[in-house]
Amino acid sequence: MANILVYALHYDGAINKNSLGAVSEGAKLAAELGGEAHAILLGENVPEGLAASLGNYGAKKVLVAEGPEGLAQPLVDAMAKAITDGGYSYALFGGGLLGFEIGAGLAARLGAGVVMEVTNVRAEGGELIAERPILGDSAISEIKYRSDVGIIIGRLNAFEIKETGGGDAVVEQLSFELSPHAAQATMITRGEQRGADVDIEGADILIAGGRGLGKAEGFQLAEDLAKAFGGNSAVAATRAVVDAGWYPYAAQIGQTGKTVAPKLYLAAGISGAIQHKVGMQGSENIVAINKDANAPIFEFSDLGVVGDLNKILPKLTEAVKAKKGS
Amino acid sequence: MKICVLVKEVPDAAVEKRIDPSTGRMDRSGEKNLNPYDTHAIEAAMQIREGGAVAVEEIVAVTMGPESAVRALHKAVSLGADRSVHLTDPAVAGSDVAATGYALAKTLEREKPELVLLGQQSDDGECYTIGAVVAEHLGMPSLTQVIKMDVDSESLRCERQAEYGYDTVQVKLPAVISVGDAINEPRYPSLKAIMGAKKKPLDTLSAADADIDASKVGGDNSAAQWIAAKAPPAKAAGEIIEDEDTGETVERIVAWLDERKLI
Repeated sequence: MANILVYALHYDGAINKNSLGAVSEGAKLAAELGGEAHAILLGENVPEGLAASLGNYGAKKVLVAEGPEGLAQPLVDAMAKAITDGGYSYALFGGGLLGFEIGAGLAARLGAGVVMEVTNVRAEGGELIAERPILGDSAISEIKYRSDVGIIIGRLNAFEIKETGGGDAVVEQLSFELSPHAAQATMITRGEQRGADVDIEGADILIAGGRGLGKAEGFQLAEDLAKAFGGNSAVAATRAVVDAGWYPYAAQIGQTGKTVAPKLYLAAGISGAIQHKVGMQGSENIVAINKDANAPIFEFSDLGVVGDLNKILPKLTEAVKAKKGS
Repeated sequence: MKICVLVKEVPDAAVEKRIDPSTGRMDRSGEKNLNPYDTHAIEAAMQIREGGAVAVEEIVAVTMGPESAVRALHKAVSLGADRSVHLTDPAVAGSDVAATGYALAKTLEREKPELVLLGQQSDDGECYTIGAVVAEHLGMPSLTQVIKMDVDSESLRCERQAEYGYDTVQVKLPAVISVGDAINEPRYPSLKAIMGAKKKPLDTLSAADADIDASKVGGDNSAAQWIAAKAPPAKAAGEIIEDEDTGETVERIVAWLDERKLI
């Protein structure tokens, strides 16, 4: 019997969507292995109802541990304790910053194999095989585990959320000891929103800007184009430019931002790193404008334009306006 | 304060990367360079030294890799490291991320740094996680993707973007911090620094020198075992327009959008 322990990230009374996907995936895989999927939540006074709700996604049991939220190392301690006590064969994480950190720390603690950026997992001969795209997604490696515990860190949005109608899960408290080094980090402020609160998730047309816009003022070109499209259009941004303070965090696409799937995604000056791609690859039509013909974004765009966006965007804005007017 | 910066030699971005079909490992022949993300970690170390809030006695570049990785160390030294340490041994070749982290941690133990810095990811492996593995072995607190760091003699105040916005975390030293590429703009090395890099001290260590348990490293001992490679699902190649006449380019974009009823 092979049980799977799934990490569930929660914040502000809700479970993270990628964690719901991971719990659903864990339940599916555990069934194939003839075991159960259990989930673990760590925080200060985690509501029992929130924990139990993971039963709807296939978790049979949910472990709740009391500890500081938003940091990886307390979870390494808690999950290592649960795995040592409970005989889990695999630990599973949805995409996201904390999942990467916890999974890697846990691998070191347990001497376990770890595979990250996993896009698919399959059960074969009573064990799990992880599939991981490599080299800018140009090939997929298949990896199995030789260790007692295998650690699987999914890529953002890799695992589909499925409600099983399983009802509430059994909730158990997990007591564990915080290791000395885990106690050396303290959260001062969490989840600070920087910049205006903009809504990009409902937009049909997104004009997204990256470092290629050159400077914060460069976003005017993207905003002008979005305005020309009118209707339900908005401007989005990459992490690099949000971190640089050029555009609000609320407009950010990708790994630690939003996941979107508009009718049109027009990427201006975006190279197309994996962390960005995972947040927008579900878009119906992807148009990319970039001066670097080798930019990865051209590998997954439907229309790629190699050229200077400072020349192209203003003319495109005028042409869209003219077309709209006609 | 002593700062160790973990660096890595990666295939030059301009060179096409490939997997050796017989082993599933990356073909690491061809042009190599210092992982571009690591230059941000070296720059962060230099800015701590120049910032003056703490006295930095030494910045040491540390790598694990084949003989050729010396060039990445020379580059790291030209960007500001005082000396470098090169762990090189056939026994560690082919290590997975967990085994690599263990080997690097053993190498760092000899140096006893107060702060270990590294880049957010390698340009080739894209694992994002080596810092967390190293920190666990060293028993140090750790954060990845840090984009702002204020340091005093006992702790760091770090900012980073996580799943729900920006987090500010206070971390006591010693610590392992992986920095995001937004943390700074790395400087260019001076010609003098490039010329002098080969003259700076470089320690070459074997696995035994670093007290590494050989049964825990190398491709055959790694817990994550590559079994096969396959091609990703085929996706129709997109249309490409090379912009020569912008008026015409824009007409073609508009026609493309119009066909799909996007305007």
